[in-house]
Amino acid sequence: MSNNRASKGTELAVNLLAWSLALFWILPLLFAIWTAVHPPSYVGRFDLFSPLTLENFIRVWNAAPFDRYFLNTFMLVTFVVISQFVICTLAAYAFAVFPFRGSDWIFMVVLVQMMVMPEVLLVRNYATISSMGLIDTIPAIALPYLASAFGIFLFRQAFKSVPKEMDEAARMEGAGPLTILWRVYVPLSKSTYLAYGLVMVAYHWNNFLWPLVVTNSATTRPITVGLQVFSTVEQGIDWPTVTAATLLSVSPLLIAFLIFQRQFVQSFMRSGIR
Amino acid sequence: MKMSRNFLISFALLFPAAVLLIAFTFYPTVATLIDSVYSTPRGRRPAAFVGTGNFERMVADPVFHRAFINNLIYAAVVIPVSMGLALAMALLVNARIKGRGFVRLAYFTPTILPMIAVANIWMFFYTPDYGLIDQFLRLFGWGGTNWLGQSSTALWALIVITIWKLAGFFMIFYLAALQQIPPTLLEAATLEGANYFQRLRRVILPLMMPTTLFILINAVIEAFRLVDHVIALTRGGPNNSTQLLLHYIYQVAFNFWDTAYAAALSVVMLVLLGLIALFQFGFLDKRIHYR
Repeated sequence: MSNNRASKGTELAVNLLAWSLALFWILPLLFAIWTAVHPPSYVGRFDLFSPLTLENFIRVWNAAPFDRYFLNTFMLVTFVVISQFVICTLAAYAFAVFPFRGSDWIFMVVLVQMMVMPEVLLVRNYATISSMGLIDTIPAIALPYLASAFGIFLFRQAFKSVPKEMDEAARMEGAGPLTILWRVYVPLSKSTYLAYGLVMVAYHWNNFLWPLVVTNSATTRPITVGLQVFSTVEQGIDWPTVTAATLLSVSPLLIAFLIFQRQFVQSFMRSGIR
Repeated sequence: MKMSRNFLISFALLFPAAVLLIAFTFYPTVATLIDSVYSTPRGRRPAAFVGTGNFERMVADPVFHRAFINNLIYAAVVIPVSMGLALAMALLVNARIKGRGFVRLAYFTPTILPMIAVANIWMFFYTPDYGLIDQFLRLFGWGGTNWLGQSSTALWALIVITIWKLAGFFMIFYLAALQQIPPTLLEAATLEGANYFQRLRRVILPLMMPTTLFILINAVIEAFRLVDHVIALTRGGPNNSTQLLLHYIYQVAFNFWDTAYAAALSVVMLVLLGLIALFQFGFLDKRIHYR
């Protein structure tokens, strides 16, 4: 771009730096993959010609109800994201389109939830869930996260950027508030929904502490808790098994990420621009 | 007239969110404050008012001291290092490098892995004899260190893991901000003879200040919220050297079932987060101003 004298050397240095950091960053993951696809007797040996095997994965799959854990996580994430879409959309619509005296103030109070996240309140929330008789159920894992201040904030931003004329045109044709929301505001905010949805899928697929606290059986445990239970039960030294279980549990999200990389990265970018 | 119509519609629209927010954020916050001045009910003995009893106990509790200091060290290292690395990564990915897609992927991948899986991957990475770090150090005759098993290194081992997980996440926000800097500004600076580092200091960094603050707040939250790896790897040990605040709350509440003391500990976290929230509102106000 600018001065060509130093640029050749600089370019090489920048490339070198970027690539060495990238390799260093990906190394722990590559090392885990390497271990998981080789027989247990080859642990910690770097023989390029050591035999490849999928046996570790098969053993892991048969040793714990991973299919059930995946199903639980899938149900949890679906339930959380759909409920958040509905609840946060309605609330954001109220704040963006139907302001009343004090609504800005209430919005500020809602934003407190971004700071006081459910993890800090887990002792008290456990008591609440317990008194509702919901311990060890999937709704119990989801409930504290459903009214997401972050979601309300993002959707409110998106709705505020919808041109007023479109709202008015729809109203002239006699459409009610919910029809206008569904026909005008939601379709025009599609990219925000995609961004928020992907970020939340990643968040709840990976969430651990709260699910660990409120679940205690294989029929409700999400994959993260299942992986933890599996890894600590006398498996501590069997590295091929632990790494295979770990990779198995992250594979759906990792594969989805590799396929939809661009959307994922852009979604995370978008969720940060406020 | 219009006011009251808006109010009625808003009331209906806000109702589901309000019920959930009250049930799982505002009520538990207040209840935690109240619980913290009562004793834990045990068997047939109900909770009794103890005033500042739980807090006096906290002041005298060496494990709490350890957790508090550890969390401060942890935050004081994780926050600046992960943010600095994130900025460097964003600048590198934004520069003209070969295979930019792969490099960005390598930096970002840890973000989408669950912390519990990250913990397993690093446990193996750290393990004596088999782990890659130990194998590498053995070439120099320094093998045999149990990074997670001794109090002098365990907290640092966790700090490295957290930085690995967070840097790529924060990079994305810097990358988004970098791409929004008008190229004309950079060209103007170049024409006036500014070199790369001058442009970075005078143009790029000032323009990214809001992003930096946003990332900072996120980093602070993560430094107090993320304890999955403590549960998976060390359970606060050895000798409480990796005890962090939220993990201690978790242990007191769900291993020792001392809910009143856990509530008092939670109050400390709430006060910490409250202070950060005040800072954020001050900052948000300024941003709304020039929007």
